[in-house]
Amino acid sequence: MPSRTMIEAIRSAMDVSMERDDKVVVFGEDVGFFGGVFRCTEGLQKKYGASRCFDAPISESGIVGAAVGMAAYGLRPVAEIQFADYMYPGYDQIVSEAARLRFRTAGDFTAPMVVRMPCGGGIFGGQTHSQSPEALFTHVSGLKTVIPSNPYDAKGLLISAIEDDDPVIFLEPKRLYNGPFDGHHDRPVVPWSKHDLSEVPDGHYTVPIGKAVVRREGSAVTVLAYGTMVHVAEAAANDTGIDAEIIDLRTLMPLDIDTIVRSVEKTGRCVVVHEATRTSGFGAELAAEVQERCFYHLEKPVQRVTGWDTPYPHVHEWEYFPGPKRVGEALIEATAKD
Amino acid sequence: MATAAKTSPAKAKADAKPDMQLRGTLEAPAPSTLSKEQELAAYRQMLLIRRFEEKAGQLYGMGFIGGFCHLYIGQEAVVTGMKLGMREGDQMITAYRDHGHMLAMDMDPRGVMAELTGRRGGYSKGKGGSMHMFSKENKFYGGHGIVGAQVSLGTGLAFANKYREDGSVCVTYFGDGAANQGQVYESFNMASLWKLPVVYVIENNRYAMGTSVSRSSAETVFSQRGVSFRIPGMQVDGMDVRAVKSASEYALEYARSGQGPIILEMQTYRYRGHSMSDPAKYRSKDEVQKMRSEHDPIEQVKNRMIENGWASEDELKSIDKEVRDIVADSADFAQTDPEPDASELYTDILL
Repeated sequence: MPSRTMIEAIRSAMDVSMERDDKVVVFGEDVGFFGGVFRCTEGLQKKYGASRCFDAPISESGIVGAAVGMAAYGLRPVAEIQFADYMYPGYDQIVSEAARLRFRTAGDFTAPMVVRMPCGGGIFGGQTHSQSPEALFTHVSGLKTVIPSNPYDAKGLLISAIEDDDPVIFLEPKRLYNGPFDGHHDRPVVPWSKHDLSEVPDGHYTVPIGKAVVRREGSAVTVLAYGTMVHVAEAAANDTGIDAEIIDLRTLMPLDIDTIVRSVEKTGRCVVVHEATRTSGFGAELAAEVQERCFYHLEKPVQRVTGWDTPYPHVHEWEYFPGPKRVGEALIEATAKD
Repeated sequence: MATAAKTSPAKAKADAKPDMQLRGTLEAPAPSTLSKEQELAAYRQMLLIRRFEEKAGQLYGMGFIGGFCHLYIGQEAVVTGMKLGMREGDQMITAYRDHGHMLAMDMDPRGVMAELTGRRGGYSKGKGGSMHMFSKENKFYGGHGIVGAQVSLGTGLAFANKYREDGSVCVTYFGDGAANQGQVYESFNMASLWKLPVVYVIENNRYAMGTSVSRSSAETVFSQRGVSFRIPGMQVDGMDVRAVKSASEYALEYARSGQGPIILEMQTYRYRGHSMSDPAKYRSKDEVQKMRSEHDPIEQVKNRMIENGWASEDELKSIDKEVRDIVADSADFAQTDPEPDASELYTDILL
């Protein structure tokens, strides 16, 4: 099987979907002629023509709104928002239109659409090119929110998202596009080709939405992570030698609570990690779910390792980014004998 | 090209030709004739911006500047000419290709460069970076990373000017790409409805990132984008600092006189990529070379000065040296000034 980067896997997912279903269209800022700022759509316009892969003006509200209309009338649009940080002008369309169409029409209309957006930090992008806004979507009923951590999942999940009959927010951690970044920013970049999960089949396959996966089995503590933080958590476990069980959530909404409960009941300890700011972050929801469902199994309070409650900084990126050191400290704290 | 006399700002609407009036456009006034002192000042200013940007590009390549960095090389005549028509108290606001705007507003090159490298002597103490810098003292309101978002802010600044009756005008810049943002038109409507003193400068450099104007815009004459809001506009040769200056004077007088907003579409060109990571596959090298060799804003001034006998090659060289020294000093400062303390991460968030 060919080794693919996350970019190539995402491109392949759109390619396969466009090949199979002529209702699938791909559009967004710079995605057509230029092939996308991160090259995720490179070659698609050439292969499928400008009627199926095309450039949109810099109009996020218009892009999302147009996708809702297309989806309501039988197409399966895949819209790209160039950076998740640019999503805010389109947020009203996502919340008020896309997410609510099924409910408002009592099921007459649905919005089978995907909004892809590169998210997260680690590329020194500062405050408008680094944010992790996943909690803004998980808070909205009527949306599915997906965030892959590797090329294999990225392709399988994106195909599932395109085939899903509801609107799916597909967050792509941009620091993972070209390699499995583990938060050790001062070490050489590791390419995807050295990672097992870059083995991506050429053709059609799916990874189900709503299913988490145990990325690393362990007995000492459960780590709930997604996106880039899966790799950071693995590095933290290796650095500290703590026998952590790392769960890659893959889908935030709907949440695979069964996999989480099974693990926490086994380990009795839980650390939640994400890049986004702490207060009202998705980690708060995870911590609440774990204590509601696993209260009598818990040996220690659930810990959160997150970005700070600050704007995403420019020069202090690595003070903000919850790297392996901070995650490792939480693992030590969570597993310490009282 | 109409003469300035034909279209005086005070009665622009009455003077506009009927067919142009329908389309909401005005003819640009004739380019100003610059005095020797003005030519030399414009030359020095544009050269400072260019050398500064070249140095920023170098520091980026060396790893001193990370993340995003958008160079203004090629577009220098726009901010330089616009500034010549502004008066004290007028504000400026722009998007993320902002280094040249700050230098034009007389901000300290050291503070700008140090912000690029994330040092405490930067205009935002290193916390903002390339796209996020401000100076209350110099009336520069940023530096904004979200395409088009600053247009509404500029409109609000103009509202404040009118409310405070201070006679100031806000010069609000955005690009051809931003011209397709919805909030731009919400701003146009309010500015025209409330007759706000704002000059919208659309820097049409032909490419919204990697997408050409013709691939992104149904109406590519951006000076007409205000038609539905009764905002007049004109197209200006943004590579000729004289043309920009006369358009600036016209537009600022128009806005200051209480007639409301006006649009200047600057036809300009950026020589470098959109940002440092842009492979620029969307245009040919010939296209770039043609602009450089036939329309370069700095060369135009240089050639005029030599033709007029206003400056010798030696005199120009001494200006070059002075500019290089300023830029070198800013680069030294930006590499040696310490980074801000990590505790700064939690300052300036809420009072």
